[in-house]
Amino acid sequence: MIPEIGQFALALALMIAVAQVALPLWGAQRGDAALIAFARPAAAAHFACVAIAFAALMASFVGNDFSVINVASNSNSKLPLAYRIAATWGSHEGSLLLWTLMLAGWTCAVAVLSGRLPAAVTARVIGVLGIVSVGFLLFMLFTSNPFDRTLPPLDGRDLNPLLQDPGMVAHPPLLYMGYVGFSVAFAFAVAALIDGRLDPAWARFARPWTVAAWAFLSVGIALGSFWAYYELGWGGWWFWDPVENASLMPWLAGTALIHSLAVTEKRRVFKSWTVVLAIVTFSLSLLGTFLVRSGVLTSVHAFATDPTRGVFILALLMVVSGGAFALYAWRANSLGPGGTFSSWSRETLLLANNVLLVTVTAAVIIGTLYPLAIDALGLGKISVGPPYFETVFLPLLAPAILLMGLAPVVAWKQAEGRPVARQAIIAAAAAAVLTAATLLAAGGGSVLTTVGLLLGWWAVSAVVAGVVTRLARAAAPDFAGRLRSLSASYCGMQLAHLGIAVLVLAVTMVKSYSTELDMEIRPGQSGTLSGRTFALEGFSEKTGPNYSAIVAHFAVTEANGRVRSLQAEKRRYFASEQTMTEAAIDRSLTRDLYISLGDPLGTDAGAAWSVRFQVKPFINWIWLAVLMMAAGGVLAVSDRRYRIAPRAARTSGGPSLSPAPSPPAALPAGEGAA
Amino acid sequence: MRTTAALLCTVLMATAHAADHEEAARARALAEELRCLVCQNQTIADSHAPLAVDLRKQIDRQIADGKSDREIVSYMTDRYGEFIVYRPPFNATTFLLWCGPFLLLAFGALIAWRVVAGRRRAPAPLSDAERQRARRLLE
Amino acid sequence: MIRLRYAAPLAALVLLAFLLWRGLALDPREVPSPLVGKPAPAFTLPLLESGAGGKSFSPSDMRGKVWLLNVWASWCVACREEHPVLVELAKSGVVPIVGLNYKDEPEAARGWLARFGNPYMKSAVDADGKVGIDYGVYGVPETYLIDAEGVIRFKQIGPVTPRIVEERIRPLLPPAPPKGPTS
Repeated sequence: MIPEIGQFALALALMIAVAQVALPLWGAQRGDAALIAFARPAAAAHFACVAIAFAALMASFVGNDFSVINVASNSNSKLPLAYRIAATWGSHEGSLLLWTLMLAGWTCAVAVLSGRLPAAVTARVIGVLGIVSVGFLLFMLFTSNPFDRTLPPLDGRDLNPLLQDPGMVAHPPLLYMGYVGFSVAFAFAVAALIDGRLDPAWARFARPWTVAAWAFLSVGIALGSFWAYYELGWGGWWFWDPVENASLMPWLAGTALIHSLAVTEKRRVFKSWTVVLAIVTFSLSLLGTFLVRSGVLTSVHAFATDPTRGVFILALLMVVSGGAFALYAWRANSLGPGGTFSSWSRETLLLANNVLLVTVTAAVIIGTLYPLAIDALGLGKISVGPPYFETVFLPLLAPAILLMGLAPVVAWKQAEGRPVARQAIIAAAAAAVLTAATLLAAGGGSVLTTVGLLLGWWAVSAVVAGVVTRLARAAAPDFAGRLRSLSASYCGMQLAHLGIAVLVLAVTMVKSYSTELDMEIRPGQSGTLSGRTFALEGFSEKTGPNYSAIVAHFAVTEANGRVRSLQAEKRRYFASEQTMTEAAIDRSLTRDLYISLGDPLGTDAGAAWSVRFQVKPFINWIWLAVLMMAAGGVLAVSDRRYRIAPRAARTSGGPSLSPAPSPPAALPAGEGAA
Repeated sequence: MRTTAALLCTVLMATAHAADHEEAARARALAEELRCLVCQNQTIADSHAPLAVDLRKQIDRQIADGKSDREIVSYMTDRYGEFIVYRPPFNATTFLLWCGPFLLLAFGALIAWRVVAGRRRAPAPLSDAERQRARRLLE
Repeated sequence: MIRLRYAAPLAALVLLAFLLWRGLALDPREVPSPLVGKPAPAFTLPLLESGAGGKSFSPSDMRGKVWLLNVWASWCVACREEHPVLVELAKSGVVPIVGLNYKDEPEAARGWLARFGNPYMKSAVDADGKVGIDYGVYGVPETYLIDAEGVIRFKQIGPVTPRIVEERIRPLLPPAPPKGPTS
């Protein structure tokens, strides 16, 4: 019964979505207030239906309803409850339903939170979002129905053991919130194109939505990296795997978009470019969806690799993105003239930032798709892996980091030379000193290490110098007052930039100073690595809820005499008969100790095992840095300016997006407002 | 005499040990550039697949035989094709791959330069007819 | 000119979509062999058959004939899939098949052949897999068609199916000699 309800809810959602597209878009075109007013309730009803369908699928998993094919293929009665819930999105069909739910959710959020927007604008945005929803709903109902039924088997095939992990509970939802969230900026851009007027006020409305999506995506990617680090067992945290790249591409484009929106909002320039970028970012989200599900690229993460489904997603990509780009080609002419700015100004630096970030994005796209392109053209089969990405990525990113430290202290429109030069010199000097100190403490480093450290410390120093200068200049009686004078938006920006700086530093440290030791070891033996002794004490056995395991007990003695116990496992899952390695990790802020079991070198009881010991300094700062970035994003979105509307929009109520003639009082005045 | 011999032994052992380390580091660096064809998404260095283990042994053997890095990589590509190397070669087919991003950067920088140069100019002065129109509107 | 610039993103998307569409028909996991068209690497390996004594096998033994080299192992599940096809092919006598027993235990291998049939005129034992590496073997089963001059003309990765036999192997075989009184 429940799966039937879910099926029906999906079909109903599709019908509502079609109406959600047709009526508001038509109404906005004609100025028909009744049709326009249909948008918001339609979005809410659509969300309700998809939510019911999602709940139905989840209930089927929790209740072990194996008559549903999806449940039978991806779950098992012995699977712990948390993973039965996560299995809802553990398959191609289920994750599509998650996508659709997120899309409906973001659409509903736009409907609810856009009270201050002219109704016609909201109607168009909801209509465009509806087009994407229709695409996904059609895709599901016709090729990937999660509610297909079968004669129930005795028990399910179990969720892939790799996915039976807390990471599975959090990573896909967060990731999809990010992917899908970029659809809002996309919808705003397309709505503006449909309107025929590229009024830059759209940037103001789209910006908090984009930053929010970006924050979610950042956390989602970091969680994926963190999960792969402890799950896949060899101590790596980023492989330039096609699916990882599929999430990095919209993130990079989204970062460029956030900066471009800032410029368009404040200075009314780059209007046309920001529209293109908004379309590109969401298109990359869709492209990512395609790459993961179509089987065109090999990946650890690949879903059901079904080329027929791939054709459908490709068609969806063409309709949505192609339609948007076609609209752009037709309408982009109707541009007002942009503002002016001097060569040395924040606009220029942000333009440079965009050029660099977009080039980096293009590099990742080229590297990921090149093997496919070469194969498709019959020119052979090559691999493009980490050596390529690292060679290309780093030289492009380095100038971006340099600019990141510089741009917040350079004024809009026209910057005076001296205060900027002073802050920059102080930051550069601090960076040099800190780099030298780090190298000294670590006992040397390569050229690359030095460059990485310089860039990271430069960015940190620039943030600190910027905040201190701003506090010093604030016109307030006491320190608390000075702190309060910093807007949430400004603090968010600096926090996010600080996160990137810390990321650069952490990655440099991990890549430069990690050590490892491969050895074949028996109980009682030990190896030395980085001043620590890794000893294998012995083996034991253990049975989990749906697996049995051999546990290896290690004792690691640090340089200061402290002994830590670690257990690494080799698990065998009953239902799927897959073997998996669980690495032993001892975490701290300064380093991770990482032990992974290889294979036994013989079948007898006293056989040696091959193991790998690793010491990874400061690796946890990688993920902490991304959390800082996301926190910065959340802080920026919470700024009061997004909750206080320009006065004109409220009084005129017309279909235009014209901003208020005088800036709202809430905006902090002066140079450097973020 | 004995001290000299002992010293010599220590130095030799240390050199051998250092050479061992260097060889091991070289072997690992090479293994990290090669793709495991069984799992296809791991390097030979990281993979536990039997083929990966065999190929790692091959690399060790060839380093001990004194082969150069290039010879070892050729050994692999002769048998498995370019697919096994994670660093794509630089040839006519991969020109766009390696140079594409930098060409794009140059192109983007050029466009950005033109935009900035264009914006610097103040708007063109009004013509006489336009000036009269402005005066009329302001009255 | 202005129009051209604004249509650029659309053009890029269309090109991308075309490449992706072509890509859907490809298998990204398949690794084509660089050895096709090159001489089969030489080796000398002991035979699997018990009672073979010191006898060994070398590809040069098969000079003048077109033959198949099939890489197999008793631990290989997919080999069981293709085995009946090979047995049929061997029975038809159109092409001799030599086995390369890859990283296997001789006892287990012999037992496997006894159980499932032996299509091989001989099987060479590649115990450590070194010859497999020379042939670019990465996933058993793999099959090579080698011509009379000792050049590899075709490599099949994965099980040999009847369709592969019809479409890829038979066309490369020499025409059967006319039946008649042997001169």
